[in-house]
Amino acid sequence: MLELEGVNAYYGKSHVLHGVSLAVRSGEVVGLLGRNGVGKSTTLKTIMGLVPPATGRIVFEGRDVTGLAPHRVARLGIAWVPEERRVFRLLTVLDNLRTGLDRRGVTVERRQALLDKIYRHFPRLKERLHQAGGTLSGGEQQMLAIARAMMLEPRIVLLDEPTEGLMPRLVDEIREIVEVLRRTGVAILLVEQNVPLTLAVADRVYIMEKGAVRHEARASELARDHTAIHRYLGV
Amino acid sequence: MAPWLLPLFWQRFLTEILIWGLLAMSSDLLIGYTGMVSFGHSAFFGLGMYGAAAALLALRPPSLAAALALGLLAAGVVAAFVAYFATRLRDIYFSITTLVFSQIFYVVIFTWTEVTGGENGLSFRQPPLSLPGLPPSPLTPATLHWLVLAIVGLAYLALRRVTQSPFGMVLQAIRENEPRTRAIGYAVERYKIVAVLLSGLFAGLAGVLYAVQNKFAAPDFVFFVVSGEVVIFNVMGGMGTLVGPVAGAALFFLLREGLSRYFTQYYLIPVGLIFVAMVICVPQGLLGFARRALNR
Amino acid sequence: MPPLEQFVIQLVNGLVSGMILALVASGLTLIFGIMDVVNFAHGELFMLGAYVGTTMLVVTGSFWAALVGASTTIGLLGAVIQVVALRPLLGRDPLTTILATFGISLVLQNYALWQYGPVARKIPEPISGHFRLFQLEYPWYRIVIAILSATLIGALWLFLQRGKYGIWIRATTQDRVMAQAMGIPVPWVHTGVFGIGAALAAASGVLFGPLVGVNHAMGLDLILKAFIVVVVGGMGNLGGSILASIFVSCLEAFASLWVSPAQAVIVSFVALILTLLFRPTGLFVPTPK
Repeated sequence: MLELEGVNAYYGKSHVLHGVSLAVRSGEVVGLLGRNGVGKSTTLKTIMGLVPPATGRIVFEGRDVTGLAPHRVARLGIAWVPEERRVFRLLTVLDNLRTGLDRRGVTVERRQALLDKIYRHFPRLKERLHQAGGTLSGGEQQMLAIARAMMLEPRIVLLDEPTEGLMPRLVDEIREIVEVLRRTGVAILLVEQNVPLTLAVADRVYIMEKGAVRHEARASELARDHTAIHRYLGV
Repeated sequence: MAPWLLPLFWQRFLTEILIWGLLAMSSDLLIGYTGMVSFGHSAFFGLGMYGAAAALLALRPPSLAAALALGLLAAGVVAAFVAYFATRLRDIYFSITTLVFSQIFYVVIFTWTEVTGGENGLSFRQPPLSLPGLPPSPLTPATLHWLVLAIVGLAYLALRRVTQSPFGMVLQAIRENEPRTRAIGYAVERYKIVAVLLSGLFAGLAGVLYAVQNKFAAPDFVFFVVSGEVVIFNVMGGMGTLVGPVAGAALFFLLREGLSRYFTQYYLIPVGLIFVAMVICVPQGLLGFARRALNR
Repeated sequence: MPPLEQFVIQLVNGLVSGMILALVASGLTLIFGIMDVVNFAHGELFMLGAYVGTTMLVVTGSFWAALVGASTTIGLLGAVIQVVALRPLLGRDPLTTILATFGISLVLQNYALWQYGPVARKIPEPISGHFRLFQLEYPWYRIVIAILSATLIGALWLFLQRGKYGIWIRATTQDRVMAQAMGIPVPWVHTGVFGIGAALAAASGVLFGPLVGVNHAMGLDLILKAFIVVVVGGMGNLGGSILASIFVSCLEAFASLWVSPAQAVIVSFVALILTLLFRPTGLFVPTPK
């Protein structure tokens, strides 16, 4: 449902993506692994249109979205949860959610239904509904960033290192949330440093090295392939 | 050369372009080379003008040398003042502060009528040209033109030396990446202060020349819009090239002459539109555009 | 030492001009906060608002219709300017937007001179009548302006706090990139904010019209003060610029008890310099963490 073909991207003069090609099928959870600085986050940003590709194509549900403006990409059904979370610090939790909720064609009832869903899965957010985003703890901000993305009712979520800097207990919560997302039929492209977590939740995994995709495998196979894991991820 | 070929009007025109070109060059040192957008050049220019006026009114007989000295001194003092306050600020805050400073001077000059003539300014006689070894002779439009050409030419050479010197290189490094330059170990503030001082002195020199040419000093020239026009010369001509701003000044005045025929005193409407269009489409200015066209 | 009554009168004067300045400064600081643009042409939008107000007054005979009409017209003009001249400059050196808006201000100033001529025009006060303030006959209209300006600012604040578009604007101001990723059409939010800023400036111009003559240079003086209060209040900080507007205007009003009004403006310059020296992020901004 989402395909990248030979995407090359630059930050100024620096060539960061060298012909990246990958695919995510409907309802799949796909992991994107690799060492630091290898271009994983940039790949997500390129899909979002935040870093326009120099060459290559990005196709989403049969539609060429290469270099489309980010707000259009979001409205087509691709949601982004960035590495730094980036909650709107001065907006309340509710207003943060509303940035995704107030869309054209969404009835008041559906909005309330979406909010109720969020309250069920993220009870702590409901408690802090009228608090400013910047006052939340790291884990709560991560929850908010994910919940906010869900407000767009996306068909694929681009998750960038959701467990970074979180306590083990919260890592488990993130894992549960990924499972919930998968059950609702949303596809996920998961960028992570946490290899065991990724192998546990993903269907397939890509490994990147120096700006290109070097290896592709089913998660279950890769979990047993210690050579590959050691070679690409140094774990 | 020029006085022999061109009628009187064009002589004066060229002289004016040279003077404004000098002002634009001084501004380019800050904007184009150091990356500091100053809206305060009208203050330096104005104080050079009033300094010269003071010398020419106070001393009998009026002396060109005294006018130069006092004008440069006045401009230098103002530049030192601005430099002290403004160089600690970055970007927009620097620009707004220089704007405010030029307005402070405008208000002072405008309201201190006893000393500065207030709204009406000061008028005085032209000093004679007194070169060492020769008897003083009155300035004619032709000799004035030569004098201005000589001074502006020398100023250009001096500024060129400065920009190509190690000092000039550091200024450009500051423009490119100030934190990095500071990290390498350069006392960035000191370089900036010197840049503002130099820039102010040359702007003051232009003010002195203007006073001598036109025989009056008026507060209008200290108003911040004049600073804005100088920035226009810089941008239209090409920042960071020294010659560019002079070309920009020439272009501006030519446009003004040409467009005044159709638009009378509203020539700034089409000129302003051209300027905005240039900022959007040809930001490197005339010179940059010509350079690219020639390289093809 | 002038008597207490004069202080009170000047306080009222200061509040009145402070509110008008606040209306102009609000637009300026909003525009800067959301798109890092220092809008040099803001004073001209104020001035054109006043002129369009005079025309509309002649056409409709109603001050209030003129107020609404001028604000709408100039608001649209602002939006057009943003789309045509400022959008292409997105992502470039901020210097270019300063230059572009400066060029636009020159064009607008001379356009006004051309269209309306050099003779100042007058907008008659919509509400005449005075009340006794000590020995002075104080015009009711001045109080009305202050209240109206406050109302407009209050309406702006409400709009920003509630409502879908208010959230869009605040989100875009805080994190442009993330706002886009949430589907917010950021380029249009920029246009909208510029238009709103222009409309506020125009409204301010019409309200201010009866106090002074409407002339093509009235924007120049104001833009300088507006910049000063925006910096003193903290750039991008709406509440700060409003407080700073009132604060500086009152200081100036008090100063004019001793010096001429032309010289009293130095007060605002001093305020700016002190702010930049000691508290550069803004006097009314909580110390950054």
